[in-house]
Amino acid sequence: MLQTHFPECFEASTDPSPHRHLISSGFLGLYSRYARRYARLVTMPTTASTALPLKDVTASDSTLRRFLHGLPGVDAVGLEARAASLGTRSIKTTAKAYAIDLAISMVDLTTLEGADTAGKVRALGAKAVRPDPTDRTAPATAAVCVYPDMVAVAKEAVAGSTVKVASVATAFPAGRAALPVKLADVRDAVAAGADEIDMVIDRGAFLAGNYLKVYEEIVAVKEACGASARLKVIFETGELSTYDNIRRASWLGMIAGADFIKTSTGKVAVNATPANTLLMLEAVRDFRAQTGVQVGVKPAGGIRTTKDAVKFLVVVNETVGEDWLDNHWFRFGASSLLNDLLMQRQKLTTGRYSGPDYVTVD
Amino acid sequence: MTIEKRSSAFEYAPAPESRAVVDIAPSYGLFIDGEFTEAAEGRVFKTVSPSTEEVLSEVAQAGEADVERAVKAARKAFEKWSALPGAERAKYLFRIARIIQERSRELAVLETLDNGKPIKETRDADLPLVAAHFFYYAGWADKLGHAGFGANPKPLGVAGQVIPWNFPLLMLAWKIAPALATGNTVVLKPAETTPLSALFFADICRQAGLPKGVVNILPGYGDTGAALIAHPDVNKVAFTGSTAVGKEIARTVAGTRKKVTLELGGKGANIVFDDAPIDQAVEGIVTGIFFNQGQVCCAGSRLLVQESIQEELLDSLKRRLSTLRLGDPLDKNTDIGAINSAEQLARITSLVEAGEAEGAERWSPACELPSSGYWFAPTLFTNVTQAHTIARDEIFGPVLSVLTFRTPDEAVAKANNTQYGLSAGIWTEKGSRILAVAGKLRAGVIWSNTFNKFDPTSPFGGYKESGFGREGGRHGLEAYLDV
Amino acid sequence: MSDPRVDTRPDARLSVFKTYKLYVGGKFPRSESGRVYEVSDAKGKWLANAPLSSRKDARDAVVAARKAFGGWSGATAYNRGQILYRVAEMLEGRKEQFVREVADAEGLSKPKATAQVDAAIDRWVWYAGWTDKIAQVVGGGNPVAGPYFNLSSPEPTGVVVVLAPQESSFLGLVSVLAPVIATGNTAIVIASEKSPLPALSLGEVLTTSDVPGGVVNILSGRTAEIAPSLAAHQDVNAIDLAGAGADDGLAKELEIAAADNLKRVLRPQTVDNAEWFATPGIERMTAFLETKTVWHPTGSLGASGSSY
Repeated sequence: MLQTHFPECFEASTDPSPHRHLISSGFLGLYSRYARRYARLVTMPTTASTALPLKDVTASDSTLRRFLHGLPGVDAVGLEARAASLGTRSIKTTAKAYAIDLAISMVDLTTLEGADTAGKVRALGAKAVRPDPTDRTAPATAAVCVYPDMVAVAKEAVAGSTVKVASVATAFPAGRAALPVKLADVRDAVAAGADEIDMVIDRGAFLAGNYLKVYEEIVAVKEACGASARLKVIFETGELSTYDNIRRASWLGMIAGADFIKTSTGKVAVNATPANTLLMLEAVRDFRAQTGVQVGVKPAGGIRTTKDAVKFLVVVNETVGEDWLDNHWFRFGASSLLNDLLMQRQKLTTGRYSGPDYVTVD
Repeated sequence: MTIEKRSSAFEYAPAPESRAVVDIAPSYGLFIDGEFTEAAEGRVFKTVSPSTEEVLSEVAQAGEADVERAVKAARKAFEKWSALPGAERAKYLFRIARIIQERSRELAVLETLDNGKPIKETRDADLPLVAAHFFYYAGWADKLGHAGFGANPKPLGVAGQVIPWNFPLLMLAWKIAPALATGNTVVLKPAETTPLSALFFADICRQAGLPKGVVNILPGYGDTGAALIAHPDVNKVAFTGSTAVGKEIARTVAGTRKKVTLELGGKGANIVFDDAPIDQAVEGIVTGIFFNQGQVCCAGSRLLVQESIQEELLDSLKRRLSTLRLGDPLDKNTDIGAINSAEQLARITSLVEAGEAEGAERWSPACELPSSGYWFAPTLFTNVTQAHTIARDEIFGPVLSVLTFRTPDEAVAKANNTQYGLSAGIWTEKGSRILAVAGKLRAGVIWSNTFNKFDPTSPFGGYKESGFGREGGRHGLEAYLDV
Repeated sequence: MSDPRVDTRPDARLSVFKTYKLYVGGKFPRSESGRVYEVSDAKGKWLANAPLSSRKDARDAVVAARKAFGGWSGATAYNRGQILYRVAEMLEGRKEQFVREVADAEGLSKPKATAQVDAAIDRWVWYAGWTDKIAQVVGGGNPVAGPYFNLSSPEPTGVVVVLAPQESSFLGLVSVLAPVIATGNTAIVIASEKSPLPALSLGEVLTTSDVPGGVVNILSGRTAEIAPSLAAHQDVNAIDLAGAGADDGLAKELEIAAADNLKRVLRPQTVDNAEWFATPGIERMTAFLETKTVWHPTGSLGASGSSY
């Protein structure tokens, strides 16, 4: 199965480009690869149905538990050491410029505060579309991320641009409400025009071992998203606590039809880390190898500096390669990160260290 | 600036560590009795950078007369040095440790230039361990009565130490730190392809105010080492290097009163069971055989994988090897550096040819080798059995031999079926299996769910033809005490 | 001996007096009671006002020490050793200040005071070298009669109250404090009542040596006033009664109070000043170490193939 995705690995060739181990066979290859990705999406059913991969493991609660508990374990020290080692890559000059622009294009610019108002969301939207008023070449962000009752305002604010509107839903962030309430939350956001839904799983059910309940909720939410909205499933890695749980949750989410798996709500003490994101990237890699289905990854919360963001991109690059180095498959859930990316971008273009006066408050 | 949608993965731009931090003189002398001097016979040799073949410096080559003079100086210094209160010896060693820390970047770049290994390794592995070794043994100097060797254990006298080229400064630290802490003085011969960091260490000894003659450095070839080891006034011999030379040394010291410790070769088995955490096991395998280009005595050069997961593991391993970056050792993103010498490269090449000739299947990730310097692409051989040369002989290069096993008993039998006994790795989720297998493996260092981990507190050394004696920890003091 | 802070030449520059503060949680507060007491030199001449700590200061110090314990005991032994060595480096640079303070406090000549300070610096170096060795000396594998891996390891007991020696204001202080923190415990030090100044100055050195805030907390005041509440404090794990040595009644009272939560008690030993110079053994470390023994089955290789 792997050979179809990594054909270059299996030839001891005299490839003239020493470090391009995962490249496609030419520039046109880039576009045909996009077509291949989207083609899969178009044909993939978006309603919960027998076409979901690995559906047989969800036959019952005990079958699902056997499957999830039977996944290989994770050695925490080894995982963290690998993540830390990837963090020592030195990304400079052209590589840094590429990474900064890519990171900006991957930001889900977020505001999820009780005090959010239409004014705040409009400002956020304007910034997402045109992050740097001093430099029009800065790319737009991938999306804005808001609460469901702000979706309509957000849609207006980004109308005419490539910026998507993502909405949290399912009684975010705690997820502690009855299923009908959570689904109503989703439908409301979808009706208001959300392009993406960021749901939270029921962590209580997960930690109590009611995996089938968690699965069925995700399937129901996916159905409520309909054909128009992509679904991101948030695990709240800080609450799941162990890497083994994060691996299990990842597989559970992907089997249930997630378009993205997401680390955290950003509302707890420990959010995305290079190690938990590395683990989730390994999961999406293995899932695609096993089922042919590609799922995106979104680390959220605690990613504040360009240095942090670049570390994550290195992890993506060296774990799953360029197929995920695109905002259709990888996002950063962040707010203050954007300004640091812009300041670093300004430093690269002007040669001078920048300051907070040269980036906008959103 | 627009995002150039490259047709390649996220390409890392060159990220070179600056050479300017280190100042390599055009020539260096021997370091005897606190001073740099020419060799008595005036011989010199060149040391090159293995990644470019450029000459780094010209170094004096010690002969028998120099060995005689150095041993004399060490003997003279021994009187005072061994009589110093342990607390004072400790403070010299602490000074040395701190200066090493301060000059770490400079020493890391130097080591990378002279040895060929990546700056990432010298900076993050070698140098921190070097400083830590001096720190650890500094603290023992005034606590020897607590080490379990009696209330007042005495040093041996003059130690003759011969070290290899794979971890030049680290091997120096492993030898000199415990020797000095226990009150001995030393004459040390660095390897002929990597003399420079030892000579910089001599300068650090001067900065620390170490009394003359306590440390003497004699660059040279095998003949220098042999003369040192055979010298009648050397009380203690310590050698790290090949098993063949180790046996020679054991023959040389036979019948004398010299104490000897040997740290020799290995053919470490990295055993992966079917319940291993696969992604971490892959990292452990990669570290095990490609760290330092596989030029490590305790390398996990045999992968013993449970047959039921062989395909899955090899697929993951090959995919992971495709992300290894081979190239300029001074580039901070380089994972695989140069092979240390033309000679070593020839040895690796010939053993790899044997592997192919004997029917094992060879594979390497796509890899461009630079046009000058000594390079070998990471290589793995599958379908290897115990009968193959590449399963028995130490290659000392980035070449992994993959064998399979069906049951834990078989894994243990195959792992032990070697004249060596230095290291082994065990990958499994089950604690009792780790302990049972570890209990049965005939190896001095056993890593479980990890590999190539070193610490000054942790004793290191081999069984069988991997040598005898332990370096590191409380155990490492014994070699240098009259007990 | 004339006060070296007072320059008696005509046109002499007026010196700036130091205000001595407590050292708690990495900061330098005054006593919450607002009180101070006069500290004089050996001849009765006024040196400074030192904070007169209250029970509340003591309580705050315990809170700080507890907060710091997780991080300090969780740091690697190597890291702790580096920090203790750094204390020695900083002290070496500040030697003159401490020589003066010790000379004033104990009425010593400059050479005698210098010998004390030199020994104190060397004492820090001694303990810096113990952090990553004590486990090898007092711990180890145990060869139990069964298929089990069995390992005993020392672990720090927690928050330790230390009554610093009354007479030896610096060498004695360092000798009782360093072993407590070298082993990963955190400390609340009650400085010598009549000679607290070197202890309070030590706080300045600790904070510039990367010792995390709360690992060491230093209180000055009346030993008999603050020691009892600390000896009875339920969140303190051990107490070193060195500073209650001369007063048997106080030592006994404190030991009784400590029994309430079975604190580990290190009774006072009669040490005259000269004896602080002797190389210590390991008792001051083992007094504050617990031993944890862990068992794990090793699957046995049975006769009929693997049973693991």
